Amino acid sequence: MLRHEAIEKNVILMLVLVLITVSIGGLVEIVPLFTIESTVEKVDGVRPYTPLELTGRNIYLREGCYVCHSQMIRPFRDEVERYGHYSLAAESMYDHPFQWGSKRTGPDLARVGGKYSNEWHVAHFLDPRAVVPESVMPPYGFLARRELHATDIAAHLRTNRIVGVPYSDEMIENALADLKAQATPESDTAGLLQRYPKAVTGDFDGAPDRLTELDALIAYLQVLGRLVDLSAVPPGGIQQ
Amino acid sequence: MVVAEPRASKADGSAYNESVIRKFVIATSFWGVAAFLVGVIIAFQLAFPVLNLDLEWTTFGRLRPVHTSAAIFAFGGNALLATSLYVVQRTSRATLFGGRVLADFLFWGYQLFIVLAAVGYVLGITQGREYAEPEWYVDLWLTLVWLVYLVIFVGTIMTRREPHIYVANWFYLAFIVTVALLHIVNNLAVPVSFFGAKSYGLFSGVQDALVQWWYGHNAVGFFLTAGFLGIMYYFVPKQAGRPVYSYRLSIVHFWSLIFLYIWAGPHHLHYTALPDWAQTLGMVFSVMLWMPSWGGMINGIMTLSGAWDKLRTDPVLRFLVTSVAFYGMSTFEGPVMAIKPVNALSHYTDWTIGHVHSGALGWVAFVSFGALYYLVPKLWGRAGLYSTRLVAHHYWIATIGIVLYITAMWVSGIMQGLMWRSYDELGFLQYSFVETVDAMHPFYVVRALGGLFFLVGALVMVYNLWRTARGESEAAEDAHRIAPQAAA
Repeated sequence: MLRHEAIEKNVILMLVLVLITVSIGGLVEIVPLFTIESTVEKVDGVRPYTPLELTGRNIYLREGCYVCHSQMIRPFRDEVERYGHYSLAAESMYDHPFQWGSKRTGPDLARVGGKYSNEWHVAHFLDPRAVVPESVMPPYGFLARRELHATDIAAHLRTNRIVGVPYSDEMIENALADLKAQATPESDTAGLLQRYPKAVTGDFDGAPDRLTELDALIAYLQVLGRLVDLSAVPPGGIQQ
Repeated sequence: MVVAEPRASKADGSAYNESVIRKFVIATSFWGVAAFLVGVIIAFQLAFPVLNLDLEWTTFGRLRPVHTSAAIFAFGGNALLATSLYVVQRTSRATLFGGRVLADFLFWGYQLFIVLAAVGYVLGITQGREYAEPEWYVDLWLTLVWLVYLVIFVGTIMTRREPHIYVANWFYLAFIVTVALLHIVNNLAVPVSFFGAKSYGLFSGVQDALVQWWYGHNAVGFFLTAGFLGIMYYFVPKQAGRPVYSYRLSIVHFWSLIFLYIWAGPHHLHYTALPDWAQTLGMVFSVMLWMPSWGGMINGIMTLSGAWDKLRTDPVLRFLVTSVAFYGMSTFEGPVMAIKPVNALSHYTDWTIGHVHSGALGWVAFVSFGALYYLVPKLWGRAGLYSTRLVAHHYWIATIGIVLYITAMWVSGIMQGLMWRSYDELGFLQYSFVETVDAMHPFYVVRALGGLFFLVGALVMVYNLWRTARGESEAAEDAHRIAPQAAA
């Protein structure tokens, strides 16, 4: 151990060696993910979030939903039967940040879109135990009472574009109009649906005259897992 | 090797900066109680959801990051700052580099980071990434404060009057440097506006997941392990009055631990959309990590060779040794849970929560309690603790709390995992999700009670430390009480 003495007597040498030692593992594991094509498989249907969905997603983050709900279905028979097709990497390719989660105090939400009606979601958010008596979820009535503040939505889309989400100039220009159109019944949604196929439109929170935070959050939940075209994914891969 | 004892030139202690250590010690105690209290509150929320109070600021979703950040960064962080700056001065026989101003900036800067982060969570300002929740402006501030920490620590070592850098400082150095690297890479983000709190991270989806868990797992590996091993390597020998068991083992322990830990992150992403090769690497390295972890445990526990009898009479040493035993248990459980078929059952369940707490309460908190009991009489210039009896009470109350906590989480986690995958005789899923939630209830109550025990124990400690700092002694009080009767 004679040579270790040199390190023990020179803090800068030790610092550099520590940095090298701790860098190796991270470099080997992380760098290839950005370069290997197969990291994110090619699938159809995945698109950036609509302005309303993105706003709803930010409310999902703000309320810390990820501490109790995962968005990552593992390729097990019971999970696929309970939640639907196992999750694909491509489905979260526009998620800044990812919301796969690490704990299921509540059920997985990766494919919750379309599973329940808007009315169910409203009743559930206002008082989870009125709908599911055994639930331990907090009530979120304040979301229904609060107007949605999203005047800076174009800036959000622009920032997403900087970090790699392919929002077009047209999408950014129409961001605020698209946001309002998606949650307003009988509005002109042709442009919205052309820019964002499969967007769910209409009133979400049961109060058609108001645009609330609950509108946005439910719009986000209703699109989860609905975009990807699973018919093109090869069958199999169930591991247990 | 024997722990370097300050010699004559600094023996009066006046030349060391101890005032900032005292502040960090007070902050450790304060944030410890805060972290345990919020933990107890959110544990009861899961058992009795009415305690969410139907207010946006008090929901589980917003308070849980307050609990985790308070435990890891406020309680753990202040304990690491207090002990590292104490140890580096003593083992270098040098005062803190940069003088009192820089040290005080570090103290208040770090507390500001904690307050900014916590206030943000309650108001809903978060990046939505576990253990990296603070938004960009808080991250930038912490980066500055952390660089000051690095400068003070390395600067103090460079001005040392000992030929060797003591082993505890290796671990502290690796912790400071690696946490800086993890923090900066994981928090790369573009703010929406320089006048707003919201930002979007640079990475997305699967890449974001791996970067985040590279960070998250090594927050455990370097913040909660390497740093606290620094505490072990100074305070266990000190309290036991014995040299570290093996110098050679500490070298092997150090380099293998820091090399292997970094690879283990992907075990948080088993069976996800992360490519299989990365999952397999994470699993293999996690299992290998068991060896250096136990090497460290052996080095810590065997330091008591020839001093085992002290465990009977010294409850502070009992805290330190039990912490190393919990470290051994957690670092065995961790690799087991990183094996893919085991993880298939444990992931997403309370088993993970139980595992984290056997490490956080049994290892991190216990070794910190031991260090606090050691430090307070020294820093306030007292002959000893106010009451050794209360330390023993704290030890048993806290230990009962941990046992209740982790056994409740083992049972509920494994039960929930099994319920999720169980089928009836007709081939249908046997339980709906909410039936598994309902089955958790009794265990959530037991877990909350375990947490309550742990909190009460910590309050006993704070009372004891407070009386110690004031220079009081239970033994002296007892002598007073008895003396008049004897005279009569």
